[in-house]
Amino acid sequence: MMRSMLFVPGNSAGMLLNADVHGADGLILDLEDAVAPGEKDAARRLVQGAVQTLGFPGATLIIRINPLGTPYVEEDIARMVPLKPHLLMPTKVASAEDVTAISTLVAQAEQKTGLPQNTVGLIPLLETAQGIEHALEIARSDPRVKALFLGAEDLSSDLQAVRSKEGAEIAYARGRIVMAARAAGIDVYDTPFTDVNDDDGLQQDAALARALGFTGKAAISPRHVAGINAAFTPSPGEISYAREVLAVIEEGERLGKGAVSLRGKMIDKPIVDRARKVLQTAVLLGLERGAL
Amino acid sequence: MSKLFPSLEDALRHCGLRDGMTLSFHHHLRNGDGVLNIALAEAARLGIRDLTLQASSLFDVHAPLIDHIKSGVVTGIETNYMSSGIGRAISRGVLKKPVRFRSHGGRADAIDSGRVQIDIAVIAAPAADCMGNANGLHGPAACGSLGYAMPDALHAKHVIVVTDHIVPYPLMPASIEEITVDCVVQVPSIGDPKGIVSGTTQITRDPVALAISRMAAQVIQHSGLLKEGFSFQTGAGGASLAVTQYLRPLMRQLQITGSFGLGGITGYLVDMLQEGYFRTLMDVQCFDLKAVESIRDNPLHQQISATRYASPSAKSTAVNSLDVVVLGATEIDTHFNVNVHTDSNGQIMGGSGGHSDTAAGAKLSMIVAPLFRARLPIVVDQVLCNSTPGHTVDVLVTQRGIAVNPLRADLNQALRDARLPVYPIEELKQMAQRITGTPHTARPRGRVVAEVEYRDGSLLDTIRAVD
Repeated sequence: MMRSMLFVPGNSAGMLLNADVHGADGLILDLEDAVAPGEKDAARRLVQGAVQTLGFPGATLIIRINPLGTPYVEEDIARMVPLKPHLLMPTKVASAEDVTAISTLVAQAEQKTGLPQNTVGLIPLLETAQGIEHALEIARSDPRVKALFLGAEDLSSDLQAVRSKEGAEIAYARGRIVMAARAAGIDVYDTPFTDVNDDDGLQQDAALARALGFTGKAAISPRHVAGINAAFTPSPGEISYAREVLAVIEEGERLGKGAVSLRGKMIDKPIVDRARKVLQTAVLLGLERGAL
Repeated sequence: MSKLFPSLEDALRHCGLRDGMTLSFHHHLRNGDGVLNIALAEAARLGIRDLTLQASSLFDVHAPLIDHIKSGVVTGIETNYMSSGIGRAISRGVLKKPVRFRSHGGRADAIDSGRVQIDIAVIAAPAADCMGNANGLHGPAACGSLGYAMPDALHAKHVIVVTDHIVPYPLMPASIEEITVDCVVQVPSIGDPKGIVSGTTQITRDPVALAISRMAAQVIQHSGLLKEGFSFQTGAGGASLAVTQYLRPLMRQLQITGSFGLGGITGYLVDMLQEGYFRTLMDVQCFDLKAVESIRDNPLHQQISATRYASPSAKSTAVNSLDVVVLGATEIDTHFNVNVHTDSNGQIMGGSGGHSDTAAGAKLSMIVAPLFRARLPIVVDQVLCNSTPGHTVDVLVTQRGIAVNPLRADLNQALRDARLPVYPIEELKQMAQRITGTPHTARPRGRVVAEVEYRDGSLLDTIRAVD
């Protein structure tokens, strides 16, 4: 489970060295946009060195690769899969066929490296109108697909929309990608907030993403990690309410009651499911003891 | 009666300036100071030689000093800090006699006790009256506190106040009192305000420094010291100042009010005073304009002398009432000895200032530093210069973990109980070396160019010339 995923340029030794000290649950080592065409190979080598030396224990390791149709993608996959990242992030994914093509290359790299099939998962980056419209088929296209990720900057450009902090132009895309991911039973991550100096704006954006159903959110600056983690961490009040809900349900079952209520409000299945999810997250984050 | 002299030359002559004397200066004007340069130029013009400079700190603005050394005007230096431009020249052996480094508290004690004799104290004063009452609160070069000049004024055989802002008698309040002053000299300018204090001290935006300071705040939180009456000192740079950013919400959450903030005071501590996080500020030096305005206008923000700040022989001092101090380091060794005098090549680029004083006095002395700097691990087997003895350092906080001095088993346990990432310091060293490799230490082997005196007067270490 990742609340935050921090982008780290694959060509910056200094940032790679300290990538895992900022408290991000996931790290996206970037070979795509952050790296100029002439530096792709150097970045692959740096990322290899960083992963082999530092390992980044405790973080979900994601490597963002270049899109299909570029001269870099095959080499990216061939060189990155042996590092056994938890996830590869293919970019500008527009269809299920794109995922299949990537997955085939990953499978070949796994076989060549002697890794079991499906060692490396995928988190496709949907950042085109086509990608958003095909979100559900992408989410269901391959067992490697563990989550979807919304990229609002390229998407806004593709839509010919004006990118704003409030995000009205991506409201549909956010709803659509969450719907698709949840329908496919996988996680879904929100686009980063790009103003590194606007802490209040970040908090609002992260709170909105959580309210919309996103699992977590990406960060382009280490400064944003703590705010995102806070937004996606259940509050003490939420945890306490969830505990009460489950206690009331247990008591109802013990007494053989068909319907139960808490503080005058009916407790139905969706409320119970949400309470279980809150407690499950709290346990994962070490905020609550108990079995998952 | 007036003590106003028409020129610094007249005042120096009146005080009997001659070869072999010791002249003292304070560093409240920092890298904007003009007075040390004016005074040495005057001495050189008068043909004076063999002076010993007793300066509380030296900055690169004092670079003309190097020529005065070469020409024999200055043959001895005693100071608490030296920035890298001057330090480079000293490390290359420009001065025959070793520099004597002290701490701020050690210098005050040496002067108060008579171990150091000052013939003439030349005190730069942002505001003064004709009888020598002086302070740092007014005038174009206002710098706030004059705490480091106070022992000099009290004990020097002669005192000259140099100002560019004469006010009608009596100036109030007086940091330097007329009872100690022989001469007052008005000059066009005592310094460049741009180099004296910064407009506002900004907290670092470096994410690694912020990660370190976040962890440092957690160490304070779980040290048992963060309670009503908490007292605190931190430096103005890097991760040190940023610790306050994370302390503030913790103090708010615990609903505690600190007793005092100490030391070099920044606008950030002034904000905390104004917002009620601390009851008072004890200020030996102001770092920015906000601090200068506050010490002038807020009676709860008071100037203290270097003696009251940190003298080891005083009956009590502020550092001995201090709960937590956050300090930097260029190196720390596996025995927790800290180097703040030299860089990793052994070249002088700093000094103790109040480092060893606060480390000795505070209940929790914490070093914050990145695990490696420019490909070199911060933790080494043996520091190139021992500035602060390891037995006075409680904990090292880096971005990848915390090391607690084995002498502090209680703190070690408390931090482990709080599930903070505590490692033996050897392991932090190895962690860094896994990334950087094991560097070859270039230990300078030239003649001794500086001696580091501990605050109690004993010799702590020596610094050798760099080729």
